[in-house]
Amino acid sequence: MSNPQMVMYDEEFQEINLVIERLLREANAKVIFLVDKNGQLISGVGETERFDTTSLASLTAGNIAATGGLAKLIGEKEFSILFHEGERDNLHISIVGGRVILVVLFDIRSSLGLVRLRVKKCSDELSAIFDKLRKKAEDKERRGISDFPFAEITDDDIDNLFS
Amino acid sequence: MSFINYASREINCKIVYYGPGLCGKTTNLQYIYQKTAPDAKGKMISLATETERTLFFDFLPLALGEIRGFKTRFHLYTVPGQVFYDASRKLILKGVDGVVFVADSQEERTDANVESLENLRYNLKEQGYDLDKLPYVVQYNKRDLPNSMSVEEMRSELNPTNVLDFEACATTGEGVFETLKAVAKLILMDLKKGR
Repeated sequence: MSNPQMVMYDEEFQEINLVIERLLREANAKVIFLVDKNGQLISGVGETERFDTTSLASLTAGNIAATGGLAKLIGEKEFSILFHEGERDNLHISIVGGRVILVVLFDIRSSLGLVRLRVKKCSDELSAIFDKLRKKAEDKERRGISDFPFAEITDDDIDNLFS
Repeated sequence: MSFINYASREINCKIVYYGPGLCGKTTNLQYIYQKTAPDAKGKMISLATETERTLFFDFLPLALGEIRGFKTRFHLYTVPGQVFYDASRKLILKGVDGVVFVADSQEERTDANVESLENLRYNLKEQGYDLDKLPYVVQYNKRDLPNSMSVEEMRSELNPTNVLDFEACATTGEGVFETLKAVAKLILMDLKKGR
């Protein structure tokens, strides 16, 4: 496979949530999501219950993938920031550490300038946490440590999913 | 590439339905959507043209239940089948865990099936995947049509490596869940093996 598995552990999950919760306050945002480039939701803070987070994650990743394709066509590596302006709510989408997508939803109580500034500040922090996470997973793999939950999976377990 | 979240005890896998235009990829997803309990599915999203041809992708999240205390979620995607949407197809294959190739059983679609399968293999290779090493199943769809080819013929054209294959009629749902179950099983077994 071309990509290693993405794994999230408790410790880093909490660190990530602390950073995006702070961003939520400092940027005066409504909701913040972190999404894997493949469309899997990693975490979300703020008024998340108001949104269909799974669909949002998938469409955001599709959006980033499509604009990434456009970037390559004109000789750019990627477009690292996207901004969508609505009548009430706006979306600021940026790529963190080349791998993860940070989505900030905000309204009139904030501004694009403020969001950009705060996002820039916390991107490095998030990037560092994801680097740490990657190294941790690689290290575990190298040492042959497996805490994989499915190691003992049986045919029956799988059949039960579809019953 | 599946995503294992130990913090929220979830595992997410991505399944892509691939195949030529109008072979029934979206219909497969629509049937699954209709027949799945409301609490086990999310919203189905279709990015389609006004004439209901898939423009970018269809997306259906399924949360089928728990295995060993982990919520198991499958994200089902279709690609746009029409030849000129190749750039979009490549994007959707990113991070794929398992592939269903949906073939159109009608005789006049033989070339389209073969071309799409070659395109799948090529696009996967570009992303660093090898179809022969991925969880992969084949579905012969539209078995109900009078001009459909024999399964033996289709198998020799489209399934030389002898992976699991299924006869289906996506409009009535025949074979749809069997196909999904088979690829899901292969993915979970692959995850188990990989560790």
